[in-house]
Amino acid sequence: MAKSHKPLVWFPFAAGGTVIAFCIPVIVVLTFLAALGHVPAGLGYEKMHAFATNWLGKLIIFGVVALSLWSSAHRLRCTCYDFGLRADTMAATAFYLLAIIGSIASAVFLLRI
Amino acid sequence: MSRKPLVREVPPTTWYFRQPRYLRYMSREITSIFIGAYCVLLVVALHRLSAGPAAWEGFLQALQSPASIVFQFLCLVAAIYHAATWFNATQKAMPIQIGEDFVPGNLISGAHYVVWAVLSVVVLYLAGVF
Repeated sequence: MAKSHKPLVWFPFAAGGTVIAFCIPVIVVLTFLAALGHVPAGLGYEKMHAFATNWLGKLIIFGVVALSLWSSAHRLRCTCYDFGLRADTMAATAFYLLAIIGSIASAVFLLRI
Repeated sequence: MSRKPLVREVPPTTWYFRQPRYLRYMSREITSIFIGAYCVLLVVALHRLSAGPAAWEGFLQALQSPASIVFQFLCLVAAIYHAATWFNATQKAMPIQIGEDFVPGNLISGAHYVVWAVLSVVVLYLAGVF
C-alpha cells in the first residue's frame, strides 16, 4: 500500500479545527474584554501565572496553542491557493515552519513559567 | 489523433465571484487569516507571561490600543463564524448510523452547539467574568 504523509497533516488539522471552534471564541471574548478596559479577574498576572505553573495548565495551554497554530497554518496554505497563489510547496513550507517554530516557542515559554 | 480537449477556463484569482456558494466558502476561508494572526498573539502573550508581572501588565495595556480593539473585534467575528460553520459541517463530516438509520444531522450539530455553550460559560465563569 502506498504510504502517504497526509494523515500526519490531517490529524492535527482536524483536532486543531475542533479546538479552535470550541475554545478560541471564548478566549477572544476574554482578551476583547481586556481590550475594552474590563480586564477579567482571571487574566490578572497572579491567576494566569498560577494556571500556567501547574502541569495540567501547561498541557492545556500548549494543546490549545499548538493545535490552533497547526490548523491555522494548514488553512492559510489552502487560502493562499484559493486566492490564486500556485506556489503551494513554498506556502506549505513557510506556514508549517511558522507553526512548528510557534509551537516550540510556546513550549519554551511555558517551561520558563 | 485526439479530438480537441475540453478546457474549462478557471480564473485563478476571481473564480469565487461566479457563485454565491463559492463566496460563502471564501468568506469562511478568510477567517483563517484572523485566527492565524490571533494564534501568533497567543504565543506573544505566553512570552509576556513568562517575562514577569511588569511585562504581563504591559501586554494587557497594549491590548487596549484602538488598533487592538478593532483587531480583537474582527477576530471575535471570525472565530464565531468559523465555529458555527465547523459545527454545521460536523453532521456531514461524521454521520452516525444506528442500525439501519442515521442519527438526524441537526442532533449532531446541535450537540456540538450545546457543548460549545456550556464550555464557554464555564471558561467565562472560571475567568471571573461573572
